[in-house]
Amino acid sequence: MRGRPVLVMVIAGVVASAIGIALGLTIHWFPTEASTQLGDIKTLYDVIIIVSVPVFVLVMTVVIGAVVRFRMRPGQEDQDGPPIHGNTKLEVLWTAVPAALILGLCAYSYVVLRDAERAPAATAPKEINIAVKGQQFAWTFTYPKDVAGGKALSTTELVLPEGRSVKFDINSEDVLHDFWVPEFGMKIDAVPGITTHYRITPNRLGTYPVVCAELCGLGHSVMRSTVHVVTEPQFKKWLGGQNKPAAPQGASPAQLAAAGKQIFTGASGCSGCHTLSDAGATGQIGPNLDQVLKGQSDAMLHQDIVDPNAAIAKGYGPNIMPQNFGQTLSESDLNALVAYLKEATQ
Amino acid sequence: MSLRAPGLPRAGLGALIGVGLAYAITVVARALYGWDPVVDGEAVLQVALIGAPFGFLIGLGAFDYWFYWAAGRKTRPEDHSSHGAHSWKDYFRVNTDHKVIGIQYTVHSFFFLLVGGMFAMLVRAELAEPGMQFVNPNAYNGLFSVHASILIFLFIIPVFAGLANYVLPLMIGAPDMAFPRLNALSFWMLPMAGIMFLLSFLAPGGSFATGWTAYAPLSVDAPIGQVFFTIGVQFAGASSIATALNFLVTIITMRAPGMSFFRMPLLVWANFSTSLLVVIATPFIAASQFMVLLDRALGFSFFDAAKGGDVLMYQHVFWFYSHPAVYIMMLPGFGIISEILAVKARKPIFGYRMMAFSLLAIVVLGFTVWAHHMFVSGMQEWIRVPMMITTAVIAVPTGIKIFSWLATLWRGVLHLDTPMLFALGFLTMFTLGGISGVSLALIPFDIHVSDTYYIVAHIHYVLFGGSLFTIFAGVYYWFPKMTGRMFDERLGKWHFWTTFIGFNLTFGPMHLIGIQGMPRRVADYSQQFATWNLFISCASFVVGLSTLLFVYNMVVSWRAGARAPANPWRAMTLEWQVSSPPPIFNFDTIPTVVGGPYEYGVPGAVHGVFKGAEVKTTAAPAGAAPAGD
Repeated sequence: MRGRPVLVMVIAGVVASAIGIALGLTIHWFPTEASTQLGDIKTLYDVIIIVSVPVFVLVMTVVIGAVVRFRMRPGQEDQDGPPIHGNTKLEVLWTAVPAALILGLCAYSYVVLRDAERAPAATAPKEINIAVKGQQFAWTFTYPKDVAGGKALSTTELVLPEGRSVKFDINSEDVLHDFWVPEFGMKIDAVPGITTHYRITPNRLGTYPVVCAELCGLGHSVMRSTVHVVTEPQFKKWLGGQNKPAAPQGASPAQLAAAGKQIFTGASGCSGCHTLSDAGATGQIGPNLDQVLKGQSDAMLHQDIVDPNAAIAKGYGPNIMPQNFGQTLSESDLNALVAYLKEATQ
Repeated sequence: MSLRAPGLPRAGLGALIGVGLAYAITVVARALYGWDPVVDGEAVLQVALIGAPFGFLIGLGAFDYWFYWAAGRKTRPEDHSSHGAHSWKDYFRVNTDHKVIGIQYTVHSFFFLLVGGMFAMLVRAELAEPGMQFVNPNAYNGLFSVHASILIFLFIIPVFAGLANYVLPLMIGAPDMAFPRLNALSFWMLPMAGIMFLLSFLAPGGSFATGWTAYAPLSVDAPIGQVFFTIGVQFAGASSIATALNFLVTIITMRAPGMSFFRMPLLVWANFSTSLLVVIATPFIAASQFMVLLDRALGFSFFDAAKGGDVLMYQHVFWFYSHPAVYIMMLPGFGIISEILAVKARKPIFGYRMMAFSLLAIVVLGFTVWAHHMFVSGMQEWIRVPMMITTAVIAVPTGIKIFSWLATLWRGVLHLDTPMLFALGFLTMFTLGGISGVSLALIPFDIHVSDTYYIVAHIHYVLFGGSLFTIFAGVYYWFPKMTGRMFDERLGKWHFWTTFIGFNLTFGPMHLIGIQGMPRRVADYSQQFATWNLFISCASFVVGLSTLLFVYNMVVSWRAGARAPANPWRAMTLEWQVSSPPPIFNFDTIPTVVGGPYEYGVPGAVHGVFKGAEVKTTAAPAGAAPAGD
């Protein structure tokens, strides 16, 4: 690169940019796309890559080019470079071009944002409105009466029909949380005292994790749940089955305990925080149930679940366990859970 | 060892008296209100955390001069017995010499770099595998919170103040800082914050565990360890406000004859801009933490929604400091890089005036972008778009700086020694951090990645690849001036390459796992991120070990390195025109500045002359006329 350093660098820069962009667009950056909103964000990210790779390559090319061509060679120890102080044309150029690029990106982002937050058209299937409540350390989802068939339905797992816009109204019982399904792309904080919102349109069947993205204390990393995206008929069927008890009336103790085990390891999220060897649970946020529940009566076990502050295990503070299991679990579910805990710890 | 003379023994006694006073105040106050006067442990602790540090500082002698003056006793204004260091013990006393204070600051900050780095290693060890291995979730949250708080408040911000404390008065031809005693007090407030952050691990319920952001209401309900942060930050903040005022007055009033604003080295410009930011912004973090303290200690309800408090207000007040704080952690580094690139490329800084103006532009814009941290916070929706635009636009003055540095390199004679390698490493890594910063300004993308490892990657590219690389560059660059010894160049290069490679392998993949959905600040994560996390942890240990190379090099070279000449880099700025280390009042004769600071390649040009030397005026003032290319 003796003769035409700038030409060599331009060629190297163009080639490196092309490779960089190709690589950037090939890498599987995002989780599975399960909402139209995440699709738009992915396109925006592709544009970001196309704009920013050449900027980075430009800086790298000049640094490497200068190091290769202008490094001090033996005998140059006392030499200086030419006393160049500036060049107005260049300085205007490198102020104006980045400014234009950046304003362009902002304009495009604004369009993406507006699309992501727009309410569905009147012709589209009716939007579902779900209330999301965050608390240390669990999510509760409430389906409105008109969707759930006359009676509001609260669950600890989220089930959504594919292709219908969903609007989440989010609030918090205690501290800040952040309601996020990575596969949906959108997120917002759950803030005590106000209700926040976002909407997504699920567009892919499957089961995805719900996480809390805002540090909310001891159990932040286990504040997880699950969202199932199902077809419209499956959604209707699930809604219909929700108000039925987990274990039928008059079930045998063994049946009851089996149903309780399912509740423990599944939707209610007990296993995220507690250790219970019978259920294979190894959570360390709350007390070890193998030890603390030994010898407790049914009534005490029931109280431990619905009013956890009444008796706190040694070494643990109050308000760590959610206090609304009495509302989110039906009476028959509670009975099943108590039966199971009794069987598993005694 | 007299308990009556100022010094560490009396400081220890002072701290004890502070605790006793806290106990007495609490008992009296409780009795006056008719409550059971016997101790409430938390109340005493909260008052003691304020009382004990002041007792310590008074015992140390930090206020002696002012107390003497206030009491009408003789103040000995001409006695410079507290100036200069004769043995290592003098670094543990209240000293008013800016060079001693500079070294106190720098060494103290690097101690906390090692502590904070050690916490980072523990965090990465825990994250190497899914599940909990070494620590419980509470200890984990404490580790990353203390890690960030220490590295921000006790390393990056003060270490820049330390380096500038040493070189800035020399650079502008001043004998000392404008307020030497305030300067000493500023330094001694810092260890208070550091000790509090570390002692918090001994508090009942563990260390503060709400992140360095300490968001309410989590921080209001947190165990008592949180108060160690709430109050510790006040000492760190007061220290940086006092230092910034000192810098502003020093720069405005104490420049050598002939040093106009546009003949100041860019490091001086950078610290001038930073000091403006500090003076305006830092009171906001003090406010946010005082509100948390009042909520906790006295039952106020700034942030209690159930009693009409506003949770989001915390974030607005907090980020109105903490976004400008990012520039408080960047601008001094920009100054360091400008010094090093000009000297090591043997060329004048390209576009000197634009470099100075872009610093001021960043200061102004830095206050217009705070809410870009809050795109998913649930704040008013309309604030988002203006914040997106101002945030993205701040990349323009930053870009001007990067392109000007590149043009400074072009056609120079590049000396690729350790300070230069770190400067070039900074250029490339900070560019990446800047680019990911622009992507975060774009609201829809930010919504997806905020509170994920993409943010962790971005902030480490900015503060590690950005700030820390400039700090390393500056420490190597001024090491001969500060110690009178040369460092080991071979070890320095090893340090650079292991840090550079280890850093990229650690933080590069975090962009990917962040976009894929790994939230930040989690003690445990799902199985799908296991492979990358193991890789990242291994790479982070390389970075950790590389720091030991640096420490070894600095300690051994300081004790037994080759003697440094006055001006080993053939630099033009004034600090290199005096002996290494400089005489006790910096200059035997006051210099007169006759040209720009970077007139490399101009035959016969000098920046300053000393009385008796011949005055040459062939040098054009920096940036006066574009010479063309």
